[in-house]
Amino acid sequence: MATSTVTAGGALTTTRDTTRARRPRASRVTLHVFLAVMALLWLFPVLWAFLSSFRDYNYTSTHGYASFGGFTLENYKNAWEQADFGRHFWNSVIITVPAVTITLFLASCVAFVLARFSFRFNIALLGLFTAANLLPQQSLLIPLYRLFRSVPLPYFMSDSGILLDSFWGLILVNTAFQTGFCVFVLSNYMKTLPHELYEAAMVDGAGILRQFFQITLPLCRPPLAALATLEITWIYNEFFWATVLMQTGDKFPITSSLNNLRGTFFTDDNLVSAASVLVALPTLVVFFVLQRQFVSGLTLGATKG
Amino acid sequence: MTDLPTVPVGAPTESGAPGLRARRPARPRRSRAHRLSRTDKAVLTVMVAVPTALVVGLVWLPAIATVILSFSNWDGIGGLGTIHWIGFENYQNVVTNYPPFKPAIEHNVIWLAVMFLLATPLGMFLAVLLDRQLRASAFYQASFFLPVVLSLALLGFIWQLIYSSDQGLLNNVLGTKVDWYGDPSVNLWAVLVAASWRHTGYIMLLYLAGLKAVDPSLREAAQMDGASERRAFFSVVFPVMRPVNVIILVVTVIESLRAFDLVWVINKGRNGLELISALVTNNVVGEASRIGFGSALATIMLVISLVFITIYLATVMREDT
Repeated sequence: MATSTVTAGGALTTTRDTTRARRPRASRVTLHVFLAVMALLWLFPVLWAFLSSFRDYNYTSTHGYASFGGFTLENYKNAWEQADFGRHFWNSVIITVPAVTITLFLASCVAFVLARFSFRFNIALLGLFTAANLLPQQSLLIPLYRLFRSVPLPYFMSDSGILLDSFWGLILVNTAFQTGFCVFVLSNYMKTLPHELYEAAMVDGAGILRQFFQITLPLCRPPLAALATLEITWIYNEFFWATVLMQTGDKFPITSSLNNLRGTFFTDDNLVSAASVLVALPTLVVFFVLQRQFVSGLTLGATKG
Repeated sequence: MTDLPTVPVGAPTESGAPGLRARRPARPRRSRAHRLSRTDKAVLTVMVAVPTALVVGLVWLPAIATVILSFSNWDGIGGLGTIHWIGFENYQNVVTNYPPFKPAIEHNVIWLAVMFLLATPLGMFLAVLLDRQLRASAFYQASFFLPVVLSLALLGFIWQLIYSSDQGLLNNVLGTKVDWYGDPSVNLWAVLVAASWRHTGYIMLLYLAGLKAVDPSLREAAQMDGASERRAFFSVVFPVMRPVNVIILVVTVIESLRAFDLVWVINKGRNGLELISALVTNNVVGEASRIGFGSALATIMLVISLVFITIYLATVMREDT
């Protein structure tokens, strides 16, 4: 990995500037035109959905979409009510928040041990975690489905009485699946923390737990923030597990409830677009507000010590 | 399906803790465990054991169980005692006696080919173009990256507005009446356009991060030698980017293999949109639960993915050893 080659930003800019001066102007313009066209092409489907969501169905069906007018907020109201969005959003929250929290905590624990000590099994363990969330989910489905069906839960935890069709099951499976990635990123980051910190702490008599909570975790705020952003988006967007492990319609989190919505909204594309915008909204907030966190989460893990 | 969580594309974090930027001079090896108190040892054990148990129990053991079940003809209803072992019969049936298998394999291969030959190179190309001091670069990057935060299931919805047969934009513009999602001769391609839309942005992001970590003096040296920009990229930058290239290749393969959400939300992977992942799911939660048979399909997926996961691990962990 080309990580040892990070140069100070200043040097980088200077070299790039000289390159720019030498480049002919025309090619620069071509480049911008090309990128602008591509960018608009890429934005178009989302903008189109956004636009259609404000159009009245009767207006667009008589005048066509290439018209102007018939703007309304009704689609949002109808989509929200017909699809029971409030409930499904809440289901997503119930699943996403604990799953992300537990994932990050467990991953930090493992990463801390892997980064702090060199046991013989370190590499194998890291491989075991990292590979786990690259497996195709479908290849685990059958045994997991059976397992979840046979694990009883008390009724106050799950009204199905079993792990299948319960929020606990989804939280568990999402946690198990996402931990690997976080372990990988966090352990790479933790390996770059100066070892002297721990030496000093040990001289002061701090045990492992204090080292973990008072030294490592506070220093890991940047990767934890990035991972939290990323994992919230991923678990919110998660479709497969919720589709197969949930059975009662009103327990589906928002992303997999889309599956049932296609039937409901089949005849009205403007409703479909309003629903799409609503579902996309939380991730669009992430996109606009936390973009840097998201991107650095995706590309993090490279700063190896 | 969430994204394939790829990791380490050689990008330095912008917000690293102090002292993380430069490679530090040799530091003492990480300490060994022998100086630890008994409590500390217990704490460490728990810290590793709990997450490991979770991942082994909910990921690895089920994966192994899938392989074992693929040699049985279990219907999933009776207890474990009713399992009969039938050797490779399921695999034989998958290949010779299961009409959707051939189209599913073909579609997965087409999916991979489109991602590998079009979407991935396009993403890499955009990254190369964006890897320079450009005005409005942030805007371009954000545009390509926007689809990446949307779920694939939602993509099915958003593109329905373009594809649907009577109200869809495409038919209105072209004056046609094609059912882009329903017609088995075109629907795979329609879906692939939507999938590429997202995949390109994802690859652009990963590759751009990799490019930013390449030592600029390498490129400078190439330019001093009079190499054109294209030449400098192909003979200097591209080879240095080998780990990132491998990761992007693996991401593309595994994403293509795991493709599921988009076709499931459209028509549950039938009628022109068969994919192996959808076949597995249909055999388990669908009308007939054929555990052994579905497991054979799942095992095929597992084996293919393990080959590429191994390549991936070998690449990302090389520096760890």
